[in-house]
Parts: sequence; C-alpha cells; structure tokens
Amino acid sequence: MSHASTYTPSTGIEKWLDKRLPIIRMSADFMDFPTPKNLNYWWTFGGILAVCLVIQIVTGIVLAMHYTPHVDLAFASVEHIMRDVNYGWLMRYVHANGASMFFIAVYIHMFRGLYYGSYKEPREVVWMLGVVIFLLMMATAFMGYVLPWGQMSYWGATVITNLFSAIPVVGDSVRTLLWGGFSVDNPTLNRFFSLHYLLPFAIFGVVALHIWAFHTSGNNNPSGVEIKDVKKDAVPFHPYYTVKDGFAIVVFLILFASFVFFNPNALGHADNYIEANPLSTPAHIVPEWYFLPFYAMLRAITFDIGPIPAKLGGVITMFSSILILFVLPWLDTSKVRSMRYRPVARMWFVLFVITCVFLGWLGGKPAEGSYVLFAQIATAYYFAFFLLILPLLGLLETPKPLPRSISESVLPKTKPETSAAPGAPAAAE
Amino acid sequence: MKPMFTARTLMIALLALSAGPTAALAAGGAKHPKEQHWHFSGPFGTYDQNALQRGYQVYETVCSNCHGLELVAFRNLGQKGGPFYLDSCPAGVSDTVDCSNPNDNPIVKALAAKYKYQVTDGPDDTGEMFQREALPSDHVPGPYANEQLARMANNNALPPDLSLITKARAHGPDYVYNLLVGYQDAPPTVDIGPGQYYNPYFEGDMTVVMKPEYLHDGHAIEGVTVPPGGTLAMAPPLSDGIIEYGDDSPQTVEQYAKDVTEFLMWAAEPKMEARKSLGVMTIIYLIILGGILYWSYRRIWADKH
Amino acid sequence: MTTSDVSQTGDASEKGEPTRRDFIHIFAAATAAAGAGAVLWPLVHQMNPDASVLALSTKDVDLSAVPVGQAIKVMWQGKPVFIRHRTEDEITQAESVPLSALKDDVSRNANLSGQGEATDNARVTAADGQARPEWLIVVGVCTHLGCIPLGTSAGENRGEYNGWFCPCHGSHYDVAGRIRKGPAPENLPIPPVEFLSDTLVKIG
Repeated sequence: MSHASTYTPSTGIEKWLDKRLPIIRMSADFMDFPTPKNLNYWWTFGGILAVCLVIQIVTGIVLAMHYTPHVDLAFASVEHIMRDVNYGWLMRYVHANGASMFFIAVYIHMFRGLYYGSYKEPREVVWMLGVVIFLLMMATAFMGYVLPWGQMSYWGATVITNLFSAIPVVGDSVRTLLWGGFSVDNPTLNRFFSLHYLLPFAIFGVVALHIWAFHTSGNNNPSGVEIKDVKKDAVPFHPYYTVKDGFAIVVFLILFASFVFFNPNALGHADNYIEANPLSTPAHIVPEWYFLPFYAMLRAITFDIGPIPAKLGGVITMFSSILILFVLPWLDTSKVRSMRYRPVARMWFVLFVITCVFLGWLGGKPAEGSYVLFAQIATAYYFAFFLLILPLLGLLETPKPLPRSISESVLPKTKPETSAAPGAPAAAE
Repeated sequence: MKPMFTARTLMIALLALSAGPTAALAAGGAKHPKEQHWHFSGPFGTYDQNALQRGYQVYETVCSNCHGLELVAFRNLGQKGGPFYLDSCPAGVSDTVDCSNPNDNPIVKALAAKYKYQVTDGPDDTGEMFQREALPSDHVPGPYANEQLARMANNNALPPDLSLITKARAHGPDYVYNLLVGYQDAPPTVDIGPGQYYNPYFEGDMTVVMKPEYLHDGHAIEGVTVPPGGTLAMAPPLSDGIIEYGDDSPQTVEQYAKDVTEFLMWAAEPKMEARKSLGVMTIIYLIILGGILYWSYRRIWADKH
Repeated sequence: MTTSDVSQTGDASEKGEPTRRDFIHIFAAATAAAGAGAVLWPLVHQMNPDASVLALSTKDVDLSAVPVGQAIKVMWQGKPVFIRHRTEDEITQAESVPLSALKDDVSRNANLSGQGEATDNARVTAADGQARPEWLIVVGVCTHLGCIPLGTSAGENRGEYNGWFCPCHGSHYDVAGRIRKGPAPENLPIPPVEFLSDTLVKIG
C-alpha cells in the first residue's frame, strides 16, 4: 500500500534538494504513511525494537572503546569498564540487560505476528525478513555473551560450537574453522568480537528492508482486514502512532531501567563473574534465558532417528524450530488473518505460547528424568502446531464473520452483520 | 466453551517465560542460605561506611592470608562510596591536598604503604625484580605470586580471589555470610579426610564421603539422609575476639562475617550507590515523561476514538 | 530515538490540524529532548580519562648511575622524562642567558605551579623549593606537536643551544630545556620532582 506522496517542497532549497536527493520527501511520506487506526499496544513493539537496536549499537560502540579481546585481558577489561571508566558500569549494564530486553520485545513481536496472521499474503517477505533478523540477533547475542570471558561465556561457546561437529563428514572441520584452533581460545574470542561488532549493522540493514517491505504491503491490524477507505480506516503515522509508540517506549524503558539500576544481574548467571577456566566446567551450565526453549529442544532428542544419531537429531531439531518459521506463510491454510475471528485456532495458539514458555522452563532444568519426557512432548507440540494444526485448521474450522472494514471493527460492539461469508478472503487488494 | 483469550493472558504467559529460568537456578545439595538483612539491600540501600571499614580490617587481618583481591586498587578504598572516602581532610594535612581525591587520601596512602604484602615491581636497571611499598594506584597485592604457589600452600586447593565473590555465587552476600558462620562438626554418618571441613552451605555432594556402612550402590541406605552441603579445604576462618575493632561493635564471628561480607559486596560492586541514585532519578523522569506523553496521546487521539 | 520524533510536531502543524499546537505536545517533546540531552553526557564523559589513568603514578629513579655530562631517558605516565646531569660549564651557560633572550619566559615548572620566570634556578627547583643546578629534569615531549627531541643519548644532535633538538620541525632547546628557536611555543615542562635522597628522585 504505498501511498501517493503529498509532500510539496515549499522553499527554494527544498525544491533544489528534492530534484537531487528527495530525502525530505521520503521522511515526509514516512511520517504521513496511512496506518490502520485500530492498532493496539501489541503493535508498539516494532518501535520498541528499533529503540533496543539503537541502544545496543550505541552502548556497544562505547564498550568497544574500552574492551580488550584477548583471553588474558578480556575479563579484567570488563571489570575495568565496571570500576574505572566514567559511567562504564552504566554502559555495560545497559548493554547486558539490553540484550534481554531486546529478546523480550522480539518474542512479543513474533507472537503478535503469529496471533494476528501478519505473515500471510501479502506480507510473507515482511515475515521472512523478520526471521532473518531473529537469526542474526541470536548469533549476535551468543557471540556477545562470549566476550566477557567468564565461565559461562567460555563453556557456552564450547557447547554451541561443538554442535557443529554433529554435521556429517565436514562437522569436525567446520568446528575447527570456527575455533581457529583446537578448542575455544584466543582466535575464537577475536573473531567473535569482530563479528559481534559487524552483525548489528547487518541487522540494521535487514530492519530497513523489513520496514520497506511493510510500507509496501501496508501494516496488518488486529482485525486482519485491509484498509479499504484511507479516510475512514487509517490515520497518518505521525502524530498518531509516534505518540502512541513513544508512550509505549517510555513504559518499556521503565521496565528496562528497573533491571539496569536495581537488579542488573538478575537475568545473568553468577558463574560468569568467574574468569573462564578451560580446566573446569561449572556444575550447571545453562544458556541465557532467551535461548532456553531452543536448548530444551536440542536436549529433547535423546534417541537415534533411523540413520540420524541423537546428537545430529538434536541439532537438526533445534535449527528446524526456527527455519520452519520461514515456510509458515505457506503452512497456514486459513484465509482469515486474525485469530480474533478464529476461536479454535486461538485455543491452539494459547497452548503454543504455553508450550514455548514451558520449553524455556525445561531448558533451565537438568536433562534427566521426567524433564526429558516433558521436553519431548513439548517439542512434538511445537512442530505439530506448524506442521499439522495450522495446515488442517484452515480447512476444517469455521471462522467467525469478519468485519467489513477496519472502521466497522472498532465501532462500539453492536451485533456484527453476517455479510462477510465465513472463510472468505479477507484481503481486499 | 468460549476461550477467553485476552492480551492479559499473553502478557502473563510472557512474564512467566522471563521468570522461568530464575526458578531454575536453585540446584545442588547445599542448604539454602538464610536471608540476611543488609544495609545495601533494596532500591535505596547504601553501604554503611563503618561496616566497610571494619570489613576491610577483617579482610586484611584474616582473609588476605590466603585470598587475593586483585580487582581492587588501594585508591578504590578512598573513592566516593568506599570505606575510607573523606569529604574533607583530617586535621594536620596540608590544605593544598584534596583528600576527596582517592589518590591523595592520607588514610589510603598509609594503608597502602603499610600493607602486609609489598608490590613486586621491576625489572630495575640491573634486570632484577624488586619489592616496594604499595601506592594508592596499585592493586591490592595478593598472598601468592601464582596459582602453583597458592595450591602448594593450601593442600592443592586454590583459594578464589574475593574481588567478585559476592556476585560469582548464587545468593551472593547471603551465601558468603552463611558459609562463614555455618561451619559445623561433620555428622557421624560421614568420614571426611584430613584438611577438610564440613559446611552445610558449601556446594558439594556428601554422598561421596559417607561411611561405607551407610551406603548401598552409591546411595544412602534407607533411614539415613545424606547431609546437606559439602566439604572444603578452608578451616573456619573466624572466631570470637580475634580482631580488635576500633569502635564498640561486638567482636563476634557473626559481626565479623557480616562486616567482611558487606566489604566484599562493596569490592564487587563499588558503583552501587551511584547506580541506585541515578536509577531513582531515571525512573522518576520516565514516569513523568510517560504521564505527559499519555496525556498528549489522549489529546491527539481524542477525535479518533 | 523514536520518542524525539514527537519533537517534529512543529513542522507538521503547518497543515493546520487543530490539536497540534497544544501546549502538552510541545511539553512532551521538550521533556523527551531534555532526557535525550541528559543521556548524551555519560556517552561523552566515558571518553575522558578513567580512574585508573587519573590515579597518580610516580616513578623513582636512582641518579647515582648517571655520570656528569650525560643524560638518561625514563618513562613516566607514558611519556619520556629526560634527566641531565649537567657540567659546571653547562650550568654557567644556562645561568648566563638573560630572560630577554627567551622565547618563553615562564618557568613551566610543576613544582612552582608552572608560574614564575624561567631563570635557570627556577627550572631546577624541586618540590621542597630547593634548586639543584646539577640535575635538570624535563618532560621530553616537544611543546610544538609532541615529537621526542634528540640530544639525550651520546652523539645525538643537541641543537644550536647545546640542549635538545626536535627533528620534526626544527625546534632548538637550551641546556635548561627552554625553547630558543623554532616553532615550539613553550619551554619543556618540568614534572613534579621530589628528592628522596641525594641520588634518589621521585617523579610525579
């Protein structure tokens, strides 16, 4: 839904620039972008994520000015930042907690997309770019966690890089290539630092594409019905959504600040305040909380699947759990976007969210006894949701009648007309 | 049946997701440390400077015999929020000196110069390393030159550096305090080796030291419980009256442990007071900004709702 | 950051939407802008010297190994310090220079708070206020653009005034470390110096 530009350069300089680099026109069009008027607070997480990315990049650049990527000095240099550098403690706590905040926001953003069908035609590319951003975020967060060179950094890096050795034939060579040696060591730390600095800018680029893509298709909205009449259904992005996003960002920052200033180590692990020691593994190694659901799926595969050994099976399962998101737009057969009008799907969705949370909890538990069985059941449901439930539901369920337009969907609740045929395509493009 | 899905349901689920791993941290057979009341607890908690000074005394008299404090420099003791920070100079110090500058703080200079260990410096012009008195800019010298010496002196156990100890253990300060006061005689069901001491708060597995008559297939026999905690190479380091306090605080194991724990918390988190006070201002600012923005938001949307 | 987008409310008001000129929006934008401004300070201040750099570091130097007529170079706070054991001739030569012949007539001696006239006596005064003409101790960084002048090691070019010569842009310093010719604006600075004994000096 690209909209016609309404910008008219008023001064001579603006006219001159508009013919050469229409950057003011671009910003003006961005600000005037017709946005559905019924977006709820779940939609503010896009803006919140943009703020998270900027905060991470700015504090990260500052930290890189004081950090030393060498196995003998990395741990001490982080403590130097915490103790000696002016406001170094602030930069480091913002950056460390910022990663957690980033993931809280991205998970909410993804569940929102899932619930309201934001991945469906014509927004498949928006969604896929989002999955790319998520993968890049995971890689960046993982490598960033290695940099302080504490015990969890070191052993996390060891365990995750060892996953690659599960790949048949070339696994060991790939692992050696990642390490730049025969274990996680100085070359590994150096390249992780280099890539940790690089990847956020790659994320920034993909975010630009992500925004471009949904400015082409138009925003989805809680009703899942497309804008039909810009005058009735939409409002300009600015000031309506700048102020709403701004308010939500401030509320989010209050949560963020309460961690940074009053409980800065709550989301971290005590063992990472012990310098890395290649001779001794901590008793309980767990990844950061945002990786726990995937970690649980990795450990759930304790059995060989035909010719696939358990180790490789776990790795495949873990990576598939994310890669499956790429094909989600084609797995979900329902023409109705928003689960607001899909009562049956909504129940399965709630169960899916609970399963993800449960997997996260299991990921922090030792892989023994009934925890393993629970993880296997939860993993099975995770995949079944995408591979069985969403494909079948679209064919079997009877959705509720859709509103005729966005403006109708936000009217005070009167009996909705049953004008839209059940299951009728919602897209009006 | 109508599924009641609301934004609130999802919010609760997501909060549970973030809370999940915290619950997963507690593990192992050690006794859960009893929670203490700390002067530095809570959003407005600060360090008690007198406790920090006494804690430094305990560290210097007792702990430093085996444990280093390598991330702390003497100058840190005199910085704002530190044990020996001075607002203004004591009598007898030339008025050109700024005693609030940790590098010129006379107490810190004296503590550094008469510290029990000297700093190894060099090489000098003849290529030899030499010992000299510590300066405020030096980090606190540790008892051992290297890990091998430390292990040799301690029955092959390595006394950990204490700079970050209160952040490097679950339940940090509570754990350190409980460990220090929690030593007990070994229960009769176990047989611990020489140079080992039993402590119910130490992370370990007592099954391995249980007497064979109480074990069956590596597990305790019925009716016998495995004692909590583990054994460690550190003998109970504190006893009543071993340190002479300058003030009238009780000279007991509990008080020593409490003071040294507060000092070690400061050593691990010296910027805590600055952090909390900036945090209070930040949150007040954000709440005000949030209120104004919400008002502005209502005004802008007034005609669209 | 996104909150500051609100501050652009002003230029959109030309379109005449009635709510936009409201005081509350300007207030919101101004509050957000003030917060953004406050965030800038830590981001800038973190680049200033940190506490470990500011910590006074001192250097003890044993002078007994420096024979008359020779000079040594020691490192102090990451900079070279030149210590010259001057001969009687050099002392006489330095003392005979009239202040009017100097390009910079300020002592630049940290032991005198950098104040006073640049007499040879002022250039060799230590923290105790006593002058020891046989020992000249200067920070060996050219006051022009920071190169290290030649003249400390035997056989190096000592310049036209028998002190030091900076090869980068041709500044000549005399045997009291004072600038005499060339682009450098100031005399070589004297660091804080304390004589712990006749042959042991503490710099810094």
